[in-house]
Amino acid sequence: MQRTYQYETFPFRPSPELLRGEVVRHPVIVVGAGPVGLTAANDLVRQGIPVVLLDEDDKVSLGSRAICFAKRSLEIFDRLGCVEPMRRKGITWNVGRVFFRDQEVYRFNLLPEEGHAHPAFINLQQYYLEEYLIQPLRDHPLADLRWRNRLVGLEPGEDHVHLTVETPAGVYETEAEWLIAADGARSTTRKLLGLDYKGRLFQEKFLITDVVMKTEDFPTERWFWFDPPFNPGYSALLHRQADNVWRIDMQLGRHADVELEQRPERVLPRIRAMLGEEIDFELEWISIYSFHSRRMDRFLHGRVIFVGDAAHIVSPFGARGANSGIQDVDNLIWKLKLVMEGKAGPELLESFNFERTRAAAENAFHTETSTEFISPDTPGQLALRNAVLELAREHEFARPLINSGRLSTATVVPDSPLNTPDQDPFAGGPIPGGPATDAPLAHGEESTFLLKQLGYTFNGILFVDRPEDLSPTLLADLQALAAQDVPIRTLVIAAQPTARTEIQGLPLFHDVAGLARERYAAPAGAFYLTRPDQHVCARWHRFQRARVEKARDRAACLAR
Amino acid sequence: MSEAKLRTEPRLQEPDLFYKSLAQLHAGLTPEESLLVNSKLLLVLANHIGDHQVLLQAIDLVRSHATAD
Repeated sequence: MQRTYQYETFPFRPSPELLRGEVVRHPVIVVGAGPVGLTAANDLVRQGIPVVLLDEDDKVSLGSRAICFAKRSLEIFDRLGCVEPMRRKGITWNVGRVFFRDQEVYRFNLLPEEGHAHPAFINLQQYYLEEYLIQPLRDHPLADLRWRNRLVGLEPGEDHVHLTVETPAGVYETEAEWLIAADGARSTTRKLLGLDYKGRLFQEKFLITDVVMKTEDFPTERWFWFDPPFNPGYSALLHRQADNVWRIDMQLGRHADVELEQRPERVLPRIRAMLGEEIDFELEWISIYSFHSRRMDRFLHGRVIFVGDAAHIVSPFGARGANSGIQDVDNLIWKLKLVMEGKAGPELLESFNFERTRAAAENAFHTETSTEFISPDTPGQLALRNAVLELAREHEFARPLINSGRLSTATVVPDSPLNTPDQDPFAGGPIPGGPATDAPLAHGEESTFLLKQLGYTFNGILFVDRPEDLSPTLLADLQALAAQDVPIRTLVIAAQPTARTEIQGLPLFHDVAGLARERYAAPAGAFYLTRPDQHVCARWHRFQRARVEKARDRAACLAR
Repeated sequence: MSEAKLRTEPRLQEPDLFYKSLAQLHAGLTPEESLLVNSKLLLVLANHIGDHQVLLQAIDLVRSHATAD
């Protein structure tokens, strides 16, 4: 166990089913209280849906696991109201540097501009992330966290799932209308249902360590080395985390003796060779991993929905594991809610499967390409990889080929069935099928950001020069949309300064730096329609009520 | 089927001189060194070409020979 972190043990409490022997049917049960299961539980309770969360353990994540949480994940956590402690504790970074032997050969900046609420990445140990996700659920009336509850049996039905759960105080039966499987790479849910998880194992072994050291020798950037003097012929990765804990990963080769290489007496000299003699450090964690790239064909199986590593697993280069699972949840919960309320047809849940299998394929492509570059299979592939690195030292053209990881971004699905394709020309701006872009706004005296205004419902973003430009008919239409059964809440963004914060009940903002108009490539009068997960589903140069309603109906698969 | 953009008609301005220069590049090299040199040359020329379809068609042409007996 880490010395820099105090593990809390969550109490086991016998469930009502166990105490009373009754089988209860819950609206939603989530299996697995890792980052993705906890995100799902938070999103469900924020949307008014009671959740039972089962986890076979009673502590947060043990060891050094996920660290890099991407901008899109931070935006999702912001929507869920739990990003503040993550930002305070986490280490912000935007820049990555790649070294070959003793020379820097490539540098990238993942967020080279200002005016976003969140940075490209924060580094935060997974146990802290889980702690901050558990906190809002602890005393929440809609959240029932069941620790040391292990799923051992599953019977899927037409309109529910029957579960058998083992606990220290005995076994009980329970039911759920919907089961969200967030139980990780070795998902019990997936195994109990006999479902596939196809892909490959990469033979390469990687040493994963957490090292505590106080140093200013390394800036808060992601540093990656190919063939450094301290790990010749292989690679290394350095990330700063909270509490002066640094993550140091070293590639060991395909044939490394796992048992031997884990021993501190083997690991210490490797770290010492990297850090030099001057830096004091302490080894806090050692493990050795090989990576898989696998996924299910479908993530939706009747009343059982797979998210996170239970559905898809990738090698970690590019931080596309936890981050894609968090995006799965963002995509799913608003859709599940509309289906549970009887407002949306089953095609809406099928769109989760479409969009997120698409995302998983994209993530697999990028992470596999990175892993193949870091760990080439054959002599020919090794020569090609080394040719890139050697040419890159003097020749710029080779640098874009260097692949130490293509870092996680939000997936854009331009051909999603939920999108309304563009009819008007936009010279830029977020496209239907991708997330809305952030921008700084003023709300009266207060500074805020665009993305903080979106979410949980469909939203309209209307760009005007001045609030006075809005006709009474337009305003009446917008108010009507906000009162519908599946409402669209419009925010108005004015190019010119205004001290007003609302116009006839619609929130009004000033585009204080002009960045909203620019980033949305929006002429005056343009209207963007976003989904409850802040993704754009349609956009036009002018608002027209009928087509906006049609686009909303399409994105929500509403029966008409 | 996309149009054939890769040009396979004879275009080398100086076949013998080119061949000699290329063979010279490999003089005295070990198999490993030769492999690296060929990889670098490939990348330099590929970048000069740039066109993705041309490059893929070249790879396809060679692949059809690569495992043939």
